[in-house]
Amino acid sequence: MKNTLSSRRFILMGIFITVGIIYVIRLLFLQVFDDSYAQLANRNALRFVTQYPARGLIYDRNGELLVYNELVYDLMVIPRQVKNLDTALLCQLVGIDKEQFLTRMKKAVTYSTYAPSSFEKQISKEDFGPIQEKLYMFPGFYAQSRTLRYYPHSVASHVLGYVGEVNENMIKKNPYYKKGDYIGMSGMEKYYEELLRGTKGSKITLVDVHNREKGSFQNGKYDTASIAGSNLYSSIDLQLQLYAEKLMANKRGSIVAIEPSTGEILCFVSAPFYDPNMLVGRVRGNNYMKLLNDISKPLFNRALMAEYPPGSIFKVAQAMIALDMGVIYPDTGFPCDKSLVGCHNHPSASNVRDAIKMSCNPYFYRVYQKIIQQKDPTTQKVESKYGLSIWDEAMYKLGFGKRLGIDLPDSKSGFIPDTSFYNRYYKGGGWNFFTIYSNSIGQGEVGVIPLQMANFAAIVANRGWYIIPHLVRYYGDENLKKRNTQYVKKNFSMIPREYWNLAVEGMWGVVNEGGGTARRARMDDIAVCGKTGTAQNVGADHSVFICFAPKDNPKIAISVYVENAAGGGGTWAAPIASLLVEKYIKGEVLRKEMEETYINAAPCQSLPLRRYVQKSESD
Amino acid sequence: MERRERGLLENIDWTTILTYLALVLIGWISIYSAVYDEAHKSILDLDARYGKQLIWIGVSLLIALFILVIDPKFFSQTSYLWYGIFIVMLLAVLAIGSETKGAKSWFGVGDFGIQPSEFAKATTALALAKILSGIDVDMKNLKTKFAAITIVAIPMLLVLLQNDTGSALVFLVFVLVLFREGLSLSVLIFGAAMAILFVLSLVINPYVLISILFVVTIVIWQLNRRRKLSIWLCLGLFVFAAGVVLSVEYVYDNALESHQKDRIEVLLGQKSDPKGVEYNVNQSKIAIGSGGFFGKGFLKGTQTKYNFVPEQDTDFIFCTIGEEWGFVGSVFVIGLYLYLMIRLIKMAERQRSKFSRVYGYCVTSILFAHFTVNIGMTIGLLPVIGIPLPFISYGGSSLMAFTLLLFIFVRQDASRMDLV
Repeated sequence: MKNTLSSRRFILMGIFITVGIIYVIRLLFLQVFDDSYAQLANRNALRFVTQYPARGLIYDRNGELLVYNELVYDLMVIPRQVKNLDTALLCQLVGIDKEQFLTRMKKAVTYSTYAPSSFEKQISKEDFGPIQEKLYMFPGFYAQSRTLRYYPHSVASHVLGYVGEVNENMIKKNPYYKKGDYIGMSGMEKYYEELLRGTKGSKITLVDVHNREKGSFQNGKYDTASIAGSNLYSSIDLQLQLYAEKLMANKRGSIVAIEPSTGEILCFVSAPFYDPNMLVGRVRGNNYMKLLNDISKPLFNRALMAEYPPGSIFKVAQAMIALDMGVIYPDTGFPCDKSLVGCHNHPSASNVRDAIKMSCNPYFYRVYQKIIQQKDPTTQKVESKYGLSIWDEAMYKLGFGKRLGIDLPDSKSGFIPDTSFYNRYYKGGGWNFFTIYSNSIGQGEVGVIPLQMANFAAIVANRGWYIIPHLVRYYGDENLKKRNTQYVKKNFSMIPREYWNLAVEGMWGVVNEGGGTARRARMDDIAVCGKTGTAQNVGADHSVFICFAPKDNPKIAISVYVENAAGGGGTWAAPIASLLVEKYIKGEVLRKEMEETYINAAPCQSLPLRRYVQKSESD
Repeated sequence: MERRERGLLENIDWTTILTYLALVLIGWISIYSAVYDEAHKSILDLDARYGKQLIWIGVSLLIALFILVIDPKFFSQTSYLWYGIFIVMLLAVLAIGSETKGAKSWFGVGDFGIQPSEFAKATTALALAKILSGIDVDMKNLKTKFAAITIVAIPMLLVLLQNDTGSALVFLVFVLVLFREGLSLSVLIFGAAMAILFVLSLVINPYVLISILFVVTIVIWQLNRRRKLSIWLCLGLFVFAAGVVLSVEYVYDNALESHQKDRIEVLLGQKSDPKGVEYNVNQSKIAIGSGGFFGKGFLKGTQTKYNFVPEQDTDFIFCTIGEEWGFVGSVFVIGLYLYLMIRLIKMAERQRSKFSRVYGYCVTSILFAHFTVNIGMTIGLLPVIGIPLPFISYGGSSLMAFTLLLFIFVRQDASRMDLV
């Protein structure tokens, strides 16, 4: 009996050991086989705090600051630490009423009583001053600084672009960005995002169950410092930009000015424009909607996105191409035969130079006819298809019908129609010179963006080559600027310089000789060469002008496009361009009366319809 | 006198004492780590829990020493007296005790508190040993059974009245002692069956469960027909089981409090409440699970140190061990307990005196109950029942009571040759 009972100890030992084994197996699964607990533990106790780098600044070509970072303050609250609060005083300082105060506090408490949440966002330096003085009276409240973009001259909105919070799509595309990060949304801010943003750093801190910081994780072994963004040293001339915006303030259209020898953009205006500060901080949301809904489309970057009919300025390119192809000669003359296409009254042009100067429509009708109706060397037959295709190639070389590759994110390519387009347009291929002749004078199906017009002015100024227009000359640190080597290559037109000299002479005549269409652009002391255009469309005509100056060793090439100005290129666009030339070359404008006239002028009539008619009269 | 002292030193079971010291040391290190704070580094800082625990360890060692030098007969002779004293204490604490976390089980003395229920386990063990060591005692005897159950039930009920369900449940473990002393195996099986039935009836629809039970009954009867198993016995058992199943829901709804029900439901996976009841268990599992194989290292645990785990130095102390010392450390601690419990059984079996043997089994069983329930809770195998891990959890009453419990037996064992 005693022995049997004593052997029961083995049953008890068995029970103990069984429990022990079960626990060991359980621990094996918890600790060894399953590593999800380690991740959960990290999620509990580690906070990855992002160290935001300062975004790069943007300067103009003379070192004037165009964009900088402005310190603003978020007023933060930790509800648990709030004590003896003078609610009335706080409300008065922040500028809210008691009801708003209560809702905000409730929101903060709902989020966490231990963790900070923002009570009032983006308080400017000025507004924050009085709050800071009294901040000691509000335990539980503290200020957290952050930076916002600020544009001291309220200028060049379409060039600089704006910065906004990333959205879901952007995060999906690029995992560098996290919710709440800022990213360049348009303009240079977008194109140079990677340079400007710098590199985020991260700091790992340990937090306890109440989300209170408990120090760095493993003495900062895994922390990385942030690297500040590069500054951009742009080619924009602030004074010229301001002046151009002043001139365009009451108009719709665009101005692009380029330094021909470098391709550097000196000013870049799309009107109407807006103050870039409108899209910063707390006011962005409302302002953005306002701009978006504005019928004159201030967010639309006309200089890059509007494919306009170029009008008569296109004739210069036609002449160069025809000369190069050998279908006309410098002294080729055509009578001004108004039965072909309408024209104004002027003597017939007996050479290319005069044809450009007088902008004779029938002359360029014939020129284009010569280009299109060429013998195809393979078939020895006259084929419009052949003529059009080599014309296309020549136009592309002059920067038309293709994206130039400016350092801005969105740009249209303009449109130079090709055979496949006309085969689609005229079903079954029933087209020939007589259906497409409007192209000859820059109407018809041709579309050119203002940047391409300015670039073409630069090509003429350079007598046959261009460097892709661009906005950034240098980038990097103040003391360690790096040259933007993306834009140094000269693109040659392969058209002989002597032909270009004819274009220069013709364009000089446009401005400086009797019978020229842009006499208003003339200055006694600066030789301006230009070409006017009057682009017809459903609404009132667009006023177009391209020019460069001085004639020898040009410093600036400009395109001015004024929408629906109800006047020729010589009426509006030419004098505006002339004022810009004066401003840029002399530093100040002496023709005060003229300046005042064109600043105040508001010639733009009804809103443009984006359908262009084919037939044209010329200047 | 001199000879007797040498005899004592020779006969003391040093392995047990070393295991005890190892557990106490592990406990102190874990408490130090759990409440470690850069600002209070001094290990003697009496404001910190580890400083206080150091005092309790000192006091406990003094108690141990004191027990080892007094006459072993003292305890067998005064068993009922101590039992009585602590029954009175349990009554008193009900009347004038202070309440902590819903349980009214403390006598407050300044900063320190005393928890009589911790000591009551030891005094109950003494009384049970005394009563079972009497002449003419046989577990088959109804009178003996009744006496033994009464001895256990009185303090158990009083602890239950204090609302300290966890500690009260520990008293159930004395059934193991009774089993060793001759209680029928079927009682143990019956108990286990009831427990399984209880859990099953919470998980499975009662009618489905009853159907299953019926099928099982028929199968058992069929299989045992040759041994002439009475169909009536089988059916009777079935009817009883069905009755239990049907009444579980009522008992469950009415006898248990909502937080206890929540803990059970969370364990059974019937309820998900990560911010509430499930929080403790989840955080505990995260802490232990994140330890990995070798652990994060001493003072490197983030979960326990930054308070993600509640009660990390008392009931959930095993989390600190699991997080900082990993699988290796956890298994080592479990090994120490198993070693100690088996060692105690062996020691109990070598006793000549029945009092010592029964008492030894009581000690083992109590340690087993605490070990099972506490660790089972932290690794999410048992519902949350707040009882300390012996020798390791922070707390003066618990450490002193377990020391007392263990060393009375070590003392009995040391003079096992002298006693008859």
